[in-house]
Amino acid sequence: MAESHGRPPEPFTLRLRRYDPESGEAPYWDEHTIELEPHRSVLEAILQARDRFDGSIGIRCSCRQAICGSCGVRVNGEPALACHTHLDAARRSARDGVIEIEPMGNMPVIKDLIVDMDAVHWKKIQRVTPWLIGKQPVPEREYLVPRESMVDVTQTMACIQCGACVSDCLAMEVDPLFIGPAALAKAYRFVGDPRDDEHFVRLNDLAQDQHGMFDCTHCFKCVDACPKDVNPMGQIMRLRRIATADHHIVDQNNGERHEAAFASLIRDNGLLWEAELLPRSYGGNSWLGKFHPRAGKELISSLPSIVKALLRGKVTPMGALKPHRIPKQDLKSVQSIYERIDGRDRSSGQRFELNLYIVGEDEPPPPEEPVVAAVVAEAGASAAEPPGGLATEGEQPAEPTSPEGSTSE
Amino acid sequence: MKVAYWPGCVSRGFTPELHGSMAKVAPLLDIELVELDRACCSGAGVIAEHNQELADTLNARTFALAQQVEGAEMMMNICSTCQGAQSECQERLDASASYRERVNGTLASEGLSYEKGLTNKNFLWLLVEEIGLDALRSRVTRPLTNLKVGPFYGCYIVRPRQRLGIDEEHPRDQYLHQVIDTLGGTVIEYAGMRKCCGFPIITMNKEASLKQAGRHLGDAVDAEADCLVTPCPLCHLNLDLQQPLAEGVVGRDLEMPVLHLPQLVGLALGLEPKELGFKRHVVRPTSVIDWSTSVVGAAA
Repeated sequence: MAESHGRPPEPFTLRLRRYDPESGEAPYWDEHTIELEPHRSVLEAILQARDRFDGSIGIRCSCRQAICGSCGVRVNGEPALACHTHLDAARRSARDGVIEIEPMGNMPVIKDLIVDMDAVHWKKIQRVTPWLIGKQPVPEREYLVPRESMVDVTQTMACIQCGACVSDCLAMEVDPLFIGPAALAKAYRFVGDPRDDEHFVRLNDLAQDQHGMFDCTHCFKCVDACPKDVNPMGQIMRLRRIATADHHIVDQNNGERHEAAFASLIRDNGLLWEAELLPRSYGGNSWLGKFHPRAGKELISSLPSIVKALLRGKVTPMGALKPHRIPKQDLKSVQSIYERIDGRDRSSGQRFELNLYIVGEDEPPPPEEPVVAAVVAEAGASAAEPPGGLATEGEQPAEPTSPEGSTSE
Repeated sequence: MKVAYWPGCVSRGFTPELHGSMAKVAPLLDIELVELDRACCSGAGVIAEHNQELADTLNARTFALAQQVEGAEMMMNICSTCQGAQSECQERLDASASYRERVNGTLASEGLSYEKGLTNKNFLWLLVEEIGLDALRSRVTRPLTNLKVGPFYGCYIVRPRQRLGIDEEHPRDQYLHQVIDTLGGTVIEYAGMRKCCGFPIITMNKEASLKQAGRHLGDAVDAEADCLVTPCPLCHLNLDLQQPLAEGVVGRDLEMPVLHLPQLVGLALGLEPKELGFKRHVVRPTSVIDWSTSVVGAAA
């Protein structure tokens, strides 16, 4: 937004969601037009509206520079830090030119734009034992750990607890008990820390919980919501990978069985065999899985869909009984890839994982749009924080040519 | 234009009407499909969850096969989930030469190698960015006048924005709106259009999964949509195949037909519902069939 610096103040109209639960009145929208330079933040605009027009507007804020995590709101329907959103960008993303500001979702509103973080976010953070349980005996001086392990956990440590990911978590929307993206990312902070002594206990707990790591729907909402590039969903996937592949945890939520069934059906056929995936996810990863009582119960509860699918010819009995496969020679190649990678990893107990957050890009893409470069330069100059996404990863202070990602034991 | 065509698994399994309608629509848009019938499943994110290098290598194999298709301008898929899973793998492969070398080492025994920089677009992106909305409009023979269509984007094709190249210049999260509008239909907005259909957790938390599907379908019913359209066959499974169960979970009748994107395009390009496999849907697209009959009747 460098081009907007030095531009004179302009009018911006805000549409604020107002609500005071104690008043007994329904929520309503309130519009105010303020004047500010376009590069100034949505937070400054809200504060100006409060100072000039209505002292009763409720907004929580402190540092005003995207560090304290107090001013999480929804701007034009998307979660954001009010202090980290430029007015001109907000107006561009508005439906009708009016910047719409609402409280965050998935948490009860205390007043206007202030939500009850204690009732939801902090409770969930506490749920994951958010402190290090050190390996014993405690070394006389310090724990010695590989450098990349520590760089790795700094990604989750960058969380400022603003609640933006919690606000828009789609799994939590339908299952309020879901532990959620922020807390699970916090859990990875300790599971990824070689000094922690309770990896198995933590993982087993989060895998067996019906509202734990397998409740994530993989919707990427938290990835886009996070102003600090914590990538909560990516951390949840790593929790699952470590729980199943390294600790062989078989959970009661079918998470491990589903993953194992999926991977082996692709190995055996090259393509997914949907009719076999579901019973195996419930009953166990073999052809016999469908005869397990868990699978039987599930099949019966799904009958309304199954019968209709058969009637409509969506699924044919033959299609359900026989998989579709890729040609023989290609299937052999796929199986040899499985053997070379999955087989090797299983027998060695080591996995190779390229983690772009740690190693960065060794070939940054050519600068297609000068805008991106400008944003990077600006963020670098202000030194407040790194920009999001891949650009950040490129900025990581790691040896860029190192081919080794993190490997887990 | 010629494309290396990746149909995915489900379009040849539980949603055969998707693969079939794409084959019917392609010639009407001068798209030549060279099917990647040797390639394997993208892993849908689940194989990456199991073993990241395995998923990256299997998809690099698909990319390498696509790059071998002579004269193909790019790779095209008809599955948002494949788009998302493949884009994630491609991001890692393209970011690191040493990693690419490692992965290509595994592919070498087959004589395959992935070269950085493949273009892989979902049919939706290809429609807007390659064919163009004006060219699409000029081929419409049966405008979807008065047909109220709710876009259902799902997740994999709209997030994460940076990886998928979504910005102000490429508003890919608006393309379904644009296509419906170009085909002459009325866009119906509703709360769930960019939310998760619930499919990924159907085996882990069935109630939450069906609640997601049921809510979005209910929102669309309340907004008075005649049907939904989606670029993702997995969303289709939860929204259509599982709709009878979703009705039970949300406690209301839904009866909301869900079309695959090529079906909607085919309808506007003059194909008959019969040719587009409408009869294979669990929720019969009666409203859409009635609409097309009334349009044909009016013309005659």
